[in-house]
Amino acid sequence: MPAAVETNRLHKSYGDVQALRGIDLHVETGSVFGLLGPNGAGKTTAVRILTTLLDPDDGSARVAGFDVVRDAAEVRRHIGLAGQYAAVDENLTGFENLQMVGRLYHLGHGLSRDRARELLASFDLSEAGDRLVRTYSGGMRRRLDLAAALVARPPVLFLDEPTTGLDIRSRIGLWDAIEALVSEGTTVLLTTQYLDEADRLADRIAVIDQGLVIAEGTPDDLKDQVGGERLEIHLCDDDRGQEAVAALTSIASDRPFLEDGTVRVPVAERRGTIANAVRRLDEAGIAIDDIAVSTPTLDDVFLTLTGHAAEQEEKEQEAEVAAG
Amino acid sequence: MTALAYGVSDTLVLAKRSLLRIRRQPDLLVSFTVQPILFVLLFVYVFGGAIQTPGFDYVDFLMPGIIVQSICFGGFVTALGLSDDLKKGLMDRFRSLPMTRSALLTGRTLGDVVTNTFQLVVMFTVGFLVGFNFSSSVGEVIAGIALVLLIGYAFSWVFAFIGLMASSPEAANAYGFTILFPLTFVSSAFVPVASMPSWLQPIAEHNPFTYMVNAARALFLGTPAGNDVWLALAWTLGIIVVFAPLAAWRYRRVVAR
Repeated sequence: MPAAVETNRLHKSYGDVQALRGIDLHVETGSVFGLLGPNGAGKTTAVRILTTLLDPDDGSARVAGFDVVRDAAEVRRHIGLAGQYAAVDENLTGFENLQMVGRLYHLGHGLSRDRARELLASFDLSEAGDRLVRTYSGGMRRRLDLAAALVARPPVLFLDEPTTGLDIRSRIGLWDAIEALVSEGTTVLLTTQYLDEADRLADRIAVIDQGLVIAEGTPDDLKDQVGGERLEIHLCDDDRGQEAVAALTSIASDRPFLEDGTVRVPVAERRGTIANAVRRLDEAGIAIDDIAVSTPTLDDVFLTLTGHAAEQEEKEQEAEVAAG
Repeated sequence: MTALAYGVSDTLVLAKRSLLRIRRQPDLLVSFTVQPILFVLLFVYVFGGAIQTPGFDYVDFLMPGIIVQSICFGGFVTALGLSDDLKKGLMDRFRSLPMTRSALLTGRTLGDVVTNTFQLVVMFTVGFLVGFNFSSSVGEVIAGIALVLLIGYAFSWVFAFIGLMASSPEAANAYGFTILFPLTFVSSAFVPVASMPSWLQPIAEHNPFTYMVNAARALFLGTPAGNDVWLALAWTLGIIVVFAPLAAWRYRRVVAR
């Protein structure tokens, strides 16, 4: 089966800013692909090129087998787009929004109506269907936005930060909806800056930073790159962190370190580790407040790959914007 | 269906959307009803006594001018709407759909023709109440109404371009009014050009807006038209020929904010 999305050395600059510096992606049909990276990494630019909203400066891309520049019209027939803006018309009802999108996909009058009702029902919006969208909550708008992207049952779906800014309950609701779609065979390419989101939804992940893919693989592959499991220890007395690091070096698979007052110890073997660590700290006379073994998260992946945390870069960027 | 049939159907779907918005945001209706009515009343009863219009009752002189002015501003709904679509990200959705690409623009400008027609009915009604009367043939009146609607349509394309260039709906509004207000006032719409200072007269005389107002006056009042009707028509078509492609070009390149 051909790839649902295939890109070849995609480049895009805005003036002096290089948004994409040669991106190669390969998304298998029927899979969920996560494009993970902080704000400004180039995720949205990539999606805009793949959905024909923007032409690349260099390189090429095919979606559902069609070239995004030469066969743009054909690409548009095979894709759905939903995103962080929740692009729905506030002055129309939910039903009118979906019906309008159906008409613009040229589904015809009757089919557009039927499809609108069907989607309102499956996104739990039937009751709100005849209300103006401006009365909807944020979560309802996102669900309607996702529904609008699905009107024509597109084989390839692009979700640009689908849950940014949503509360946790709405996020989980949207994740369930996306998972249901995938089980019906839709290929999904989603961008996110939430590592747990990529971990939960994606079969494969490309981590992008400053316009380049810096790692690619399954969530587990990426976690393996960071190394195995880790002991996390909170001490009763934060000042004794360095002493604890020294006491635990002999049981660690890599150098233990201090982070935010927590002692982190990479370990090769989970079994017996806690007992071992407790004994050593006890011998050194260091009191433990809490101790646990943790599996690496994609946050760790990001930190290892880029040398900076995903969240932190975002804050720096905000600071730059605020400073003008 | 052919591409043309799809184009027509997409345009109608989006014109309907544009009109629904006006029904859902009744404050927009104010600009089509209350505002022109206020203008007519202010000019007739406040300024009218002080303005000399040889050969005309002031109300007869004023109505064609104020109608052409109001119809030109009718397109601001298109500027606001497009700018809003950009701001809310809806533009991305539309541009990612397999619809006819220009339909968002043709739909909005077609929607404006409907609101402009409504506005025209309101203005004529108020005009008749304060003493305005047609004094030309039925054929000329119909030609005049058609010309005025075409002028409104042309300015909808100007507003479409402004809406796609402006950084926000508020800015679009400000640009539109800053450009159009002087243009409509330095013309024969409200006062005879001969009453202006001599340095301003040539500007007012060659203002395309003056040709349009004079053409409406000729067609509604039966005054000698000279070349005004043809010049007005040429300017109107010229505006469409220039601004429709400009708006379409901008639409293809515009980036959501």
